Amino acid sequence: MDHILLVSLIVGGAALLSFPLGRYMAWAMDPQSPNRWTTLFCKIGGASDEQDWKRYLVTLLVFNAVMFTVTFAILALQQWLPLNPDGKGALDPTLVFNTAASFTTNTNLQHYSGEVSMSYLSQLAGLMWLQFVSAATGIAALAATARGIAGRASLGNFLIDVQRASFLVLLPVAAVVALLMVFGGMPMTLKGAAEATTLEGAAQTIARGPVAAFLAIKQLGTNGGGFFGPNATHPLENPTFWTNALAMVAIVLIPMACVWMFGRILGRMRHASVIFAVMAVFLLVKITGSVAFESGPTPAFAGLPVSEATGNLEGKELRFGATGGPLWAVLTTATSNGSVGAMHDSLNPLTGLMPMIGMWLNATFGGVGVGMINMFLYIVVAVFVAGMMVGRTPEYLGHRIEAKEVRFAILALFAHAILILGGTALFAGTALGQATVQEAGPHGFSEILYEFSSAAANNGSGFEGLGDGTGAWNIATGIVMLLGRYLPIILPLAIVGSLTAKRRAAESAGTLGVEDATFGTMLALTVVIFGALTFLPAAALGPLAEHFSLP
Amino acid sequence: MSDLLSGLRVAAATMALCVGGYTAVVLGVAQAVSPATANGSLIVRDDGTVIGSRLIAQGFTAPGHLWPRPSAVDYDAAGAGGSNLSPANPELATRAEGLIAAYGGASAARPIPAELVTASGAGLDPHVSLEGALFQAPRIAEARGVDVGQVKVLFDRLAFAPGGPFTEGRIVNVLEANLALDSELSGAAPTQ
Repeated sequence: MDHILLVSLIVGGAALLSFPLGRYMAWAMDPQSPNRWTTLFCKIGGASDEQDWKRYLVTLLVFNAVMFTVTFAILALQQWLPLNPDGKGALDPTLVFNTAASFTTNTNLQHYSGEVSMSYLSQLAGLMWLQFVSAATGIAALAATARGIAGRASLGNFLIDVQRASFLVLLPVAAVVALLMVFGGMPMTLKGAAEATTLEGAAQTIARGPVAAFLAIKQLGTNGGGFFGPNATHPLENPTFWTNALAMVAIVLIPMACVWMFGRILGRMRHASVIFAVMAVFLLVKITGSVAFESGPTPAFAGLPVSEATGNLEGKELRFGATGGPLWAVLTTATSNGSVGAMHDSLNPLTGLMPMIGMWLNATFGGVGVGMINMFLYIVVAVFVAGMMVGRTPEYLGHRIEAKEVRFAILALFAHAILILGGTALFAGTALGQATVQEAGPHGFSEILYEFSSAAANNGSGFEGLGDGTGAWNIATGIVMLLGRYLPIILPLAIVGSLTAKRRAAESAGTLGVEDATFGTMLALTVVIFGALTFLPAAALGPLAEHFSLP
Repeated sequence: MSDLLSGLRVAAATMALCVGGYTAVVLGVAQAVSPATANGSLIVRDDGTVIGSRLIAQGFTAPGHLWPRPSAVDYDAAGAGGSNLSPANPELATRAEGLIAAYGGASAARPIPAELVTASGAGLDPHVSLEGALFQAPRIAEARGVDVGQVKVLFDRLAFAPGGPFTEGRIVNVLEANLALDSELSGAAPTQ
C-alpha cells in the first residue's frame, strides 16, 4: 500500500507540475515575438542571426567545445586553484578527459569519488557549471527541433536559446529546489571537512561542502553526478525521506515538461499528450517491475535467520523506505539522470534489468530536451512503418517522411545499440573488462553491459563494483559518451533540415493521425521492437542468466 | 571565429550567474536561515569539540551502545561507499554469519533484522529500524545494569516514521539514541 502511495505521490506530483512548467518553458524558450530577454541575450552573446540547422549545429558544437575545454582546464589545474580547503591533489589525465567528457555530454559518469578527489572549485565552476549548460544545450536542441517540425523558416539562434534555457528555466527552478533542500537539512558550506571525535573516542573526518546548490541542478538537468561518491545514498546528499521525495520529483520534472514544451511549440498539444502517455506507460511498467522484484529477499541470505520484512536491503538506506531505492533506480534511468538512491550493483538481478531497459530505450522521458528528441526518432520510424503498412505516403504533421529521414533515424537508433553492444563485446571478451569486474559470470557481464549502456545513454549511473577507474575504461567510455551525445543531436537536426527543405503537404483525411490511441500503440510497439528487442540477447546473458542461476 | 568569441561570452555569463550568483544566494540563505544543518548537522560538546554529525553513522562497538548497520567503508565519512556486492554473492552470507555471531546469535524464533547484516549505499546510514534497536536492547540493558524495559521505552520514544504514511515501520537514529542512553541510563559505565 505504501508502495502505491509513494509512486502516486512522486510520478503524479511530477506529472501535475510538469504541465504548467512546460507552458512556462514554451514561453521562455520560444516567445511569440522578441522580448526584453531576447534583446539582453543578443547583447551578451553578441549574435542574433536566424540560423538554419547547419548553423545552429555548428554554434552548438563550438559552445560545447568551449564547455569541455574550460572544465578540462579547471580539473587539470585544480591543485593550484583556489577554493580547495582540503588540499585535493592532481587528477590522472585520462580521468580529467573522462570527467570533462562526462559532464559536457550531460552524462555525469563518475570514475572518481567527489569527496576524495575534487576541490570545491572543480565541483562548482567545473562540474556544476556544466550541469547547467549541458542541460541547457539539450533544451535548446529540442526547441530548435520543434521549430523545424513546426515548419518555421529558421530554427532560432543557439546562443540565445542556451541562455534562455540556463537563465530563464534552469536557474530559477534550481534556486527553488536548492532552497527547499537547504530547509530539508542538506549541507551548504564552503568550510572544509569537519574533524570529529566519536562518542567512543575514534577520529572521524566528515566531508561536507556546497551540496544543496550542486544537488538541485544535478537532479533537474538530468545530470546525476553526485557531490559525494555514493551519490544520493549519502546522508549529507540526501538527509531525509522528504529530500529524497523532492529529488525524485526533480529528476523527472523537466524531462516531462519538455514533452509539453514540444507540443506547444508545434501547436499540437493532443499529439504531445499521446507521446506523454506512451512514455508514462513505459515508466509505470518499469516501476512496477522494479518495486516488485526488489521486495524479494537477498538471495545470499537463504537459510540464515534474517528477518527481511522490507526486501533486499544491501546498498539501501532505511530513511527512504522500502520503495525509495527501486523507484529511484527506474526514474534515474528512464530519464538520463544517473544519480542513485540505492546501489544498483546490489539490486536483485531482475530489478537491475529495469534501469538497463530505461537506458536502452532512452526515450521514456529521457534526458532534458534530448529524451523528447530521441522519441522523435522513434516517431519518424513509427510513421514510416505505419505508412508502409497501410500503403500510404508516410507523413508526419504534413512532412513527407522518405528514405533519407528514415535512414538518419535508424542510424541514430542503431548507433546507440552499436555503442553499447560493441563496447560490451570488446570489454567482456578481453582482459580490458574481464580484469575489472567484481564478480565473474553473468553478474560481471552485467557490470560491463551496464557501464556501456550508461555511457551511451548519457546516463551516468553504474554497477559500481566494476573497477572502472582504469585508463582503458576512462578512454572507451569517454568516446562512447561523446558519440552517444552528439550523434542523437546531429542526426535529428539533419532530419529536421531535410524536412523543412521539402514542400509541406496539407493534412487531409488520408494523413496518418498522430493524436489518437492507434498512433500511441504504434509508437509504443516501435519503441519495444527497435529499442528493447535489440538488447534482448545481451539481457539474456546478463541479468536473466543471473536470475535463473540463483539457488 | 565569431562563433567561438560569442561562445566564450555566453560561457562567461553562465559561469557568473549559474555558478557565482546562484552559489552565493543559496550559500547566503543557507548560512543565515539554518547554519546548523548547512554545516553538516554537527553535534558539538559544550567545549567546542565535535562528536559527529547526526546524519553520519559511527562505528559503535561497546556492548552498552546501540550498534549501527555494517559499513563497507568502515564508517569513513571522507570516502563513503557501499559493498556493491551482488545480492547472491556468498560474501554477503559470510558477513551476515559473522555479524550474527557478534550479536550473540539469532534463530528462526528470534531472527536478526535485515539491516543489521546489510551495508547501506554510502556505508554511513545513521539509522536502524526500531526492530533492530529492540533486538539489541537485552545486551544494552545488561551492559548498563538497567532494566531492559527502560531501554525499550527509550527506543520507542526516539523512533519515528521517516515518511509518515509513505513508509512502513519506524527507525531510530543510532547516535542520538546513544547520546540519550549515556545521559539517561548510565547505570554502568557504558563505553568500557
